[in-house]
Amino acid sequence: MVKSRTKWIGAAIGALMIAQPFAASPASAAPKTHFKLAWTIYAGWMPWPWAAEHGIVKKWADKYGITIDVVQINDYAESINQYTAGAFDALTITNMDTLAVPAVGGVDSMAIIMGDYSDGNDAVILKDKTKLADIKGQTVNLVQFSVSHYLLARALASMGMNERDVKVVNTSDADIAAAYKTAGVTSVVTWNPIVQQIMGEKSAHNVFDSSKIPGEIMDLAIVNTATLKENPKLAKALVGIWYETIATMSAKTPAGAAARADMGKESGTDQAGFEGQLKTTHIYYKPKVAAAFTNSSDTKRIMKLVRDFLFAHQLLGQDAKSADVVGIAFPDGTVLGNKANVKFRFSTAFMEEAAQGKL
Amino acid sequence: MRLINRTPNRATGLLLTAAPFVLVLVIYLVFSNQRLAENPDDKLLPAFATMFATIKRMASEPDLRTGDYLLWLDTQASLTRLAAALAISTTLAFAVGIGIGLIPYLGRIFGQFVAVLSMIPPLTILPIIFITVGLGETAKITLIVIGTAPALIRDMALRVEELPAEQIIKAQTLGASTWQIILRIIVPQMLPRLIDSLRLALGSAWLFLISTEAIASQEGLGYRIFLVRRYFAMDVILPYVAWITVLAFLSDRLLRWVQIAAFPWFDQARKR
Repeated sequence: MVKSRTKWIGAAIGALMIAQPFAASPASAAPKTHFKLAWTIYAGWMPWPWAAEHGIVKKWADKYGITIDVVQINDYAESINQYTAGAFDALTITNMDTLAVPAVGGVDSMAIIMGDYSDGNDAVILKDKTKLADIKGQTVNLVQFSVSHYLLARALASMGMNERDVKVVNTSDADIAAAYKTAGVTSVVTWNPIVQQIMGEKSAHNVFDSSKIPGEIMDLAIVNTATLKENPKLAKALVGIWYETIATMSAKTPAGAAARADMGKESGTDQAGFEGQLKTTHIYYKPKVAAAFTNSSDTKRIMKLVRDFLFAHQLLGQDAKSADVVGIAFPDGTVLGNKANVKFRFSTAFMEEAAQGKL
Repeated sequence: MRLINRTPNRATGLLLTAAPFVLVLVIYLVFSNQRLAENPDDKLLPAFATMFATIKRMASEPDLRTGDYLLWLDTQASLTRLAAALAISTTLAFAVGIGIGLIPYLGRIFGQFVAVLSMIPPLTILPIIFITVGLGETAKITLIVIGTAPALIRDMALRVEELPAEQIIKAQTLGASTWQIILRIIVPQMLPRLIDSLRLALGSAWLFLISTEAIASQEGLGYRIFLVRRYFAMDVILPYVAWITVLAFLSDRLLRWVQIAAFPWFDQARKR
């Protein structure tokens, strides 16, 4: 019996070691100086890896006496889960997913950069049909509960229809382009660069895209609010990196063209393809304009639309009795939803510092 | 006494069997409690009560949007696909496997071909399946068949070749035709062995079922897991994983029971 007992103790220790990464990290006394940002491939987020490769991340991190790892995650949903589980301090994400995953999961996040909004990057595509009204009764392939699903709901609403008028089939984004080529698939909703790829087919017609709902699909950089409160330097550094990088990227100079070519290559296309995607991405190049949009009544109107969509799809938690269950705080101090449970905050503080050149 | 000769008594045996299960549960509870203490809405390791409430809701209350009982809808969809695919696979394996194993001409034609086919990783030809048979039920069943049939066929052929040559010779001296040999010698002895290989194939059948449901679906156990993964609903994922494990375990037990009940001689011969 002695033998088997030592064996169990050994197994227990082994299991504990395996389980260790799942444990919440205890609050440590020493101030944190090492931070991690997760990003995924998307036209509006390509400046992050480029900044890391060209020393801009290091420059700003050094200025504030911290280090920042910029880590690529291959799968967007996975990057959100990792952030929510606590593996990352900062993340590139849309407004809708911030509310649906980290906020509902009790992880308080602050949007420090209003990067861009999708201005045509997401589209409803019909095969051989040219009008949105033709979608009635069709089977629609899309990634359920993603911004594609939201876009479809908005498209249907614009025609006085709702989701009962179509049949939604969950289809992985990796397979949508191939799915479009099969005979049974007649309509898809997806995002770039897949939209570009499918629109290359003669039969494809873009009948509704995100340029018809400007501002509603926002691409943000968010930071865990608790981490941010203790380390405002992280936000300052990230905002500094962002505006320096996109200034270079947008410049009509050889250096700017080279940056766009690099970012295009990194996202699986080339300079022309990347510039094509930028045309359907409304990037806020000026921090002042980004802050003004974040502060506008539009942002409040949009977040109400988004959270009502999530509530209608039971994505605000199964126990949610109303769409008010999670609070969303805006820069002017107003809160949409439960004031006692604010988990998603829009901040213009750091963008304004960038606008004033105080970083 | 040597270690190999020491056996636990009944009580110790039960305790030892339960120990790893209990250990896993305890470790889960410790870390779950720790995370929930810091953030009551934590999604990674939900409390057992939360998971129980979630799965109870999915099993006993109609979904607000569709009116379906999600757990049963998913289970029915998945089991239907699995049963249809395995019925095709085992029928194929039985017919083709016996042919390859017994008849030299068929062995020459199909033996190597099936051997090569069985080496193709089925998931790599998914795009081909999609383009040829679409995204519907046919595609899902096709993938499971492609994933399980070649190995089943090869196993069946090997089992046929393993039969003592004396049996076949004896049957011939008694004047049996090829067809009679298949019907009276091969088939009765192969049926219980087919159940053995089917039990081993269940694992990969589930793997392919879940993979194909993840890609394009409207219902199914794998579909649900990959759908709710988008919003990190571990309170759905963990009970679903447990449920799939239970279903797989039960189907294995069921096959074993069928084998013992229908072919008692086979079970006894193995015990000897």
